[in-house]
Amino acid sequence: MGMTHAEKLLASAAHKPSVTAGEFVVADIDLALLHDIFAAQVFDLLQEVGVPNVFDPEKTVVVVDHLVPAPSAAAAAVHQKIRSHVARLGINAFYDAGEGICHQLLPEQGHVRPGMLIVGTDSHTTTHGALGAGGTGIGTSDMVYALATGRLWFRVPETIRFEMTGDLLPGVSWKDVILHLAGRFGSDAAQYRAMEFGGSAVKNANMSSRLTVANMAVEMGAKFGLFAADEVTDAYLRDHGGVGSEPYGPDPDAEYEAVHEISLSDLPPQVALPNEVDRVSSIEDVAGLTINQAFIGSCTNGRIEDLQAAAAVLAGKHIAPGVRLLVVPASRQILQEALETGVIATLVDAGASVLTPGCGPCFGGHGGLLGPGERCIGTHNRNFIGRMGSADAEIYLGSPATVAASALRGRLADPRDLEVNNDE
Amino acid sequence: MTSDVLAGKVWRFDHDISTDLLSPGAYAVDSVEVRKQHVLESVNPSFVSDVQPGDVLVVGRNFGCGSSRETAAENLVALGVACIVAESLARIFMRNAVALGLPVVVCPGVHESFDDGERIEIDLASGRIVNVDTGAELQGDSLPPEMREILASGGILAVLRAQAGR
Repeated sequence: MGMTHAEKLLASAAHKPSVTAGEFVVADIDLALLHDIFAAQVFDLLQEVGVPNVFDPEKTVVVVDHLVPAPSAAAAAVHQKIRSHVARLGINAFYDAGEGICHQLLPEQGHVRPGMLIVGTDSHTTTHGALGAGGTGIGTSDMVYALATGRLWFRVPETIRFEMTGDLLPGVSWKDVILHLAGRFGSDAAQYRAMEFGGSAVKNANMSSRLTVANMAVEMGAKFGLFAADEVTDAYLRDHGGVGSEPYGPDPDAEYEAVHEISLSDLPPQVALPNEVDRVSSIEDVAGLTINQAFIGSCTNGRIEDLQAAAAVLAGKHIAPGVRLLVVPASRQILQEALETGVIATLVDAGASVLTPGCGPCFGGHGGLLGPGERCIGTHNRNFIGRMGSADAEIYLGSPATVAASALRGRLADPRDLEVNNDE
Repeated sequence: MTSDVLAGKVWRFDHDISTDLLSPGAYAVDSVEVRKQHVLESVNPSFVSDVQPGDVLVVGRNFGCGSSRETAAENLVALGVACIVAESLARIFMRNAVALGLPVVVCPGVHESFDDGERIEIDLASGRIVNVDTGAELQGDSLPPEMREILASGGILAVLRAQAGR
């Protein structure tokens, strides 16, 4: 019997010819990712347990991305501590404040290869499944164990496969696809499981879109959100690190818990409503609700293609009075490209505030939080109660085009309406 | 090996309790003494002041969904919560609870079988759950032996210390 993508990469990491869903394995870690919320605590604990080194400094990546620039003396002190640990441990892959979000930097800077097993102290580590890697989030104690030993236990997950066909309508993006899947199947549909994304529609999805989808696999509970490595992956890897890759993915006779066939050809733009990611409507059903803030950024949708999509909507126009539009590029490289190509100028002319590359207000630490009764639409991945400031604020999630269109109108708006109604 | 049978008073919470509710991002780098003061404050403001060591959470589907922050589980440990019995648990939360030595049981039907303040009895080895007040019995999924071993050791760092002979 063949193996799923998840079984294949876990078998390889556990040095076994094959594994099957339900089995427990102890697997070698190919890459360990830490960010500023947890890195200092993990390194402190490592010292406390009496472990002088990490298992492999070359396989350890540390990113300061959540609290950037430091919003408080306490956060700055945490960053100082991280810098000193990183120097002590000889970790070269250290990205300090302003370089970008960890899930953008990992693929962009060439750290990710198909088939790798990646653990990160961040739930959105599933993002790296876009390149065919098994990325998954773990907590600080598990990370201490992984850094000390280079290994960690895993239960081999069952896999749910999504076979997607059809072309997306103009104005519709892969953010709309993953929101649709969350709404249709539920936030725990892939609990403890791997998701595989395949089918003819996926062949046309660029890496940026795949990263968006894999990023939000965890919003359906998934351990991994996997795309097979193909020509798109090969080209991306050549552009970001130099070495391309062979195809890597599931065997044709792999066994799935379920296979869902999804047609994308008539999907309208989707929006997640407060306060659950799986409470999803078509934009038509909620258009018209006034907003106070619009946010374009995060590890879900802060890439150059996302800024371009927003700029295409906002070019030559201005956001509505009373609306704050925050744009947070996911990395310095993206910010530079957006500057050089005029995208930033377009967004700033339209009234946007551009913030330091990083997580921005997405996780509720700083940088554009919401007051009681305020309503925000963002391109990020979570809309839980209190996620971005006040527990009485409302967070909607949508695509970059939908968020830009909403900022323009001052209310939730369908990006497809703008062409016909732009005299408004 | 610690006792496999736990008994305690129930706090009941609904579906999709997120890590943002268990450990709000605004206190992300604060000490556990600060963090534990804000556990579930948006859904039950009296929980933090009234919860007693040994109490048990009976919760709905997808408990602990969201972030990888271990503080979500650590805050509950700091408040003395002895066990979480859930319709289903978010994956990383479950992993973190086990890593910290906090017992968890998945038991479909449990959410409708308890009210706040009722007494619960939990057999971790068999997964059997009893509502002491109503007499209702349910069968939960017992944890796989690999995870029970980590729990019995007192968490993943205790395992690491034992392996390293420290």
